[in-house]
Amino acid sequence: MIEFQNISFAYEKERPVLSNLSFCIREGENVGLIGANGAGKSTVMKVLLGLLKAEGRILVDGTEVTKGSLTEIRRKLGFVLQNSDNQMFMPTVYEDMIFAPLNYGLSRTEAEERVDKALEKLGLQELKHRHNHKISGGEKRMAAIATVLAMEPEVILMDEPTSALDPYNRRIVINTIRSLPQTKIITSHDLDMILDTCDRVILLSGGELAADGPADAILRDRALLEAHRMELPLCLGGARRQG
Amino acid sequence: MNQVERGACELHEMDELAARQSPIHSLCPLAKLLTTIAYLVTVLSFRKYDLSGVTVMLLYPVLLFQLSGIPVRTCFHKLRFVLPLVMAVGLFNPFFDRQPMLTLGALTLSGGVISMLTLMLKGVFCLMTAFLLMATTSIDALCAALRRLRLSGMPVTLLLLTYRYVGIMAEEAAAMTDAYHLRAPGQRGIRFSAWGSFLGQLLLRSMDRGSELYSGMQLRGFRGEFHYAAMKPWRWSDTVYLTVCVALFLVFRLFHLAQLLGSLLVR
Ligand SMILES: Nc1ncnc2c1ncn2[C@@H]1O[C@H](COP(=O)(O)OP(=O)(O)O)[C@@H](O)[C@H]1O
Ligand SMILES: [Mg+2]
Repeated sequence: MIEFQNISFAYEKERPVLSNLSFCIREGENVGLIGANGAGKSTVMKVLLGLLKAEGRILVDGTEVTKGSLTEIRRKLGFVLQNSDNQMFMPTVYEDMIFAPLNYGLSRTEAEERVDKALEKLGLQELKHRHNHKISGGEKRMAAIATVLAMEPEVILMDEPTSALDPYNRRIVINTIRSLPQTKIITSHDLDMILDTCDRVILLSGGELAADGPADAILRDRALLEAHRMELPLCLGGARRQG
Repeated sequence: MNQVERGACELHEMDELAARQSPIHSLCPLAKLLTTIAYLVTVLSFRKYDLSGVTVMLLYPVLLFQLSGIPVRTCFHKLRFVLPLVMAVGLFNPFFDRQPMLTLGALTLSGGVISMLTLMLKGVFCLMTAFLLMATTSIDALCAALRRLRLSGMPVTLLLLTYRYVGIMAEEAAAMTDAYHLRAPGQRGIRFSAWGSFLGQLLLRSMDRGSELYSGMQLRGFRGEFHYAAMKPWRWSDTVYLTVCVALFLVFRLFHLAQLLGSLLVR
């Protein structure tokens, strides 16, 4: 369970990016964190992961996120970065995937098993020994998801998982997300993807919580979405606006 | 592909060369590292007029090229920026040291020329051998070998991160150069007045990416110590390779092979 209690954060003093944010995410939920560009979605993730220090309290399974608890907490949270190039920094996919398990003290055999398991789960066995700079954007995103799966986290955080993907690869990523049993928090302004993958939506606007509720209800609320610089998902008629 | 991008690509190519298969690639990285160090020490220890002595040392890189299947051309291509620098080191010797030293028919070489050539060869040979080590051993394996030599973790980790970081910087530079040229058609290079902001941006952007990358590592449990891939075990062949090479180097260094050969031929 993840609990945000009155979280406020600012990169620069006068310009708050998150203001007094409180919400709670239960085990097994699939939560879409939506909002226009600059709404503060990525910042929420970074604060949760302890990469940024915010005012207020964040609890993960009852443990407060502090310097001392970071190792324990990060072990539970797998973060898929928005830019896969920053996630995949080793020469090959395999080396990247085994990086986390080894850091967490697994033996090489155990770590290898995890890598193979994650690759198999995503059907990516053929990527294993490929060089990171020689795989396509879609493959790289999938590989980045695989590196995080190899950590066997309890919660998976994804920052804009479908950004910069073509429709085909986007569909693959969406299907993959749907097949993962873990608790998920996904940020995006791709509302169609959120509708496909999440059952709950938190709407951020200017760093404040603008709405929190079932995906079905919020993503159908044209007035609400447009008030916060977003549009209905295409599949719900977002494209037929002019009429 | 622009020039900078090609640079980034070349870094990746080193990783790929190192992933090939050959008798040299399959040696234990530690054996290769030690042999390389022995080679460098031997080459650098030749006296400054000992041109023929140094020349014989070419044998080792030539053998390595043969056995590893790394194309000689690739080597010189990759070293094209450093080689001239190394070659330039001895350039002034001929002006200071005009004592005639060696007569080859009608040609008289001064001490300065000989020492310049010796120095150049030393530089080129050392670079070639260092390149061959890098081209047959992945940076991770190399770092693992350094750790095995009891070098403390911090410098080795730094070395590895620097290697990766240079790659990132090259990628950012490539993207920026592209963006620049798209809006400055027909211009060669980057206008001098734009250099300041270009470099500033490059630094900021690569710092940004560097810190993203680093948080990516921290989030995956990185705490300052790499778990290098299991190093290839030390086998008999490694002992043989190291011993034979070091023995050869000693022979080359202590006995004047070129002269011996020369006198044999002349006789
Ligand atoms: N490193 C930073 N320094 C200063 N301001 C930043 C930094 N990163 C993001 N911001 C600002 O914080 C706000 C929220 O950013 P972000 O969380 O990345 O938004 P989102 O992910 O929703 O697009 C934006 O206004 C952005 O300009
Ligand atoms: Mg973002």
